Amino acid sequence: MSLHEKSIAEIVAALDSKKFSCRELVSHHLDRITEANGYLNAYITVDREKALTQADAMDKARASGNAPILAGIPIAHKDIFCTKDIKTSAGSRMLDNFIAPYDATIVSKLKAAGTISLGKTNMDEFAMGSSNENSYYGPVTNPWRKDYIPGGSSGGSAAAVAARLCVAATGTDTGGSIRQPAAMCGITGIKPTYGRISRWGMIAYASSLDQAGPLTRSAEDAAILLEVMSGFDPKDSTSLNRQVPLFTQSLNNSLKGLKIGFCKEHFGKGLSSDIENAIDIAIKQFESAGASIQEIELPSSKFAIPAYYVIAPAEASANLSRYDGVRFGHRCENPVDLADMYRRSRSEGFGKEVKQRIMVGSFALSAGYYDAYYRKAQQIRRLIKNDFLAAFESVDLIIGPTTPSTAFKIGEKSDDQIEMYLQDIYTITSNLAGLPAASIPIGFSKGLPIGLQIIGNYYDEASILNLAHQYQQETNWHKMSPTAFSLEGIQPSIKP
Amino acid sequence: MIVDKDVVKDIAALALLEITPEIAEEYITSMSQILTLVEQMQSINTDGVEPMSNPLDGIQKLRLDQVTEGDQRVYFQENAPSTSEGFYLVPRVIE
Repeated sequence: MSLHEKSIAEIVAALDSKKFSCRELVSHHLDRITEANGYLNAYITVDREKALTQADAMDKARASGNAPILAGIPIAHKDIFCTKDIKTSAGSRMLDNFIAPYDATIVSKLKAAGTISLGKTNMDEFAMGSSNENSYYGPVTNPWRKDYIPGGSSGGSAAAVAARLCVAATGTDTGGSIRQPAAMCGITGIKPTYGRISRWGMIAYASSLDQAGPLTRSAEDAAILLEVMSGFDPKDSTSLNRQVPLFTQSLNNSLKGLKIGFCKEHFGKGLSSDIENAIDIAIKQFESAGASIQEIELPSSKFAIPAYYVIAPAEASANLSRYDGVRFGHRCENPVDLADMYRRSRSEGFGKEVKQRIMVGSFALSAGYYDAYYRKAQQIRRLIKNDFLAAFESVDLIIGPTTPSTAFKIGEKSDDQIEMYLQDIYTITSNLAGLPAASIPIGFSKGLPIGLQIIGNYYDEASILNLAHQYQQETNWHKMSPTAFSLEGIQPSIKP
Repeated sequence: MIVDKDVVKDIAALALLEITPEIAEEYITSMSQILTLVEQMQSINTDGVEPMSNPLDGIQKLRLDQVTEGDQRVYFQENAPSTSEGFYLVPRVIE
């Protein structure tokens, strides 16, 4: 089997038995990036030398018998995570010159576990977007079809994993930014419970919603990485101070007796019929594995998008006030005075969507509007959480579509902002409630991948991964790779 | 909610963004669209519902007021557009 088609467990076993070295594995992936990135635009920064130096160090550690558990696994980081001495842009001109002085907690944790970072992946600017079209570094192409979006905002991470330009990648999810691109690129992605993974060193968008997670090719790989990435961090004031379950230990639990809920409103109007059919088939598979399916109600969900587009912009307008051209980031040329410097640095440094959300957020928080907008949205947030708590009285997991449609054409929805916002209609509720949720591939529609969303109760990522893994034992959707990037090598038409 | 030119001007001043009259129209349209979407919130009764700012109803944690990291000013200032003798330089504020 080709070096880039192996699971994490298979790679670890192969490295242990010296079938290949960390250097060979890392070089292989770096070569693939060189061949394919001009076409995909999945990476913003690739640090070949650093990756190879680390690979050599891991080969040495393996030879001396004291290698960490994931020694040599090549991964990529979304360019929203601070990485010491490597540019961290957040997909923005504002941070085009920003070299983070420290590693984000999850970057340190993954490094300590032995993973090797190949580079930083493209993303919607400051994670604001659902198509990866809002990046200062240009759009990412979906590996499954030319000129199609990979989803967003973690679009570079999803495309890199799907095209086998890394084994796994990190992402962040504020309204669906891990799950939606995972669905559109045919891979597995999980956003854990709010607070499970430290936000320290992760560039903030909407702090009460932001959560990091892995994008991988399988639920098993996701469980392995989630174990490493999770855990209490005193540097993040919202970090969960709870024992991290061993997610890999429950993957093989039987689904007998598992109660799965679905919400009727998630089906029908606005949902592609191919996605609905694929979910029906998945449901039958869950039932034949011993799970039972029942209908649940989430009546307040229909207010999730309006509430999100108050809360997220409001928090963003506060978080992004730090970009003032003084301590780091873009500064305009020849400012006439301080106010001019602030205004022009910000206006030149931020892209259109970011400015729009700052404007909406500033409006919602401005005098006279706070109660009608921000407070109201926070009340709706409570109602959404209460709906989920009631549903989880009778079911263990909730399933449904991740997205209303499969990937669309680059530029297709650029002129219709509201239509673009509705892409996140199924994913946003778990961010508002703070619940863990994943997307796994369950089929194709006209050659483009379809994702199934699995939402779990608080702190219960284990059940989500268990269901996903059991499904992946019976199906092969997660093993499919886009032909242009498949087994034998990257198709010549894509190479530079 | 229909946003007009004056609202865009006022909010741009609060947000420290430069929105020229040529692009103000774009913002009027997009902000009006978003705020119209957002207005759907008013159709649900939330009387007596406690607002939720943290999904786990977490509260601000306090830590001991202790120094945990040494001085790294020189290192941090490598990212600054303009510095002098340890200070961040900005355009003159006081004549």
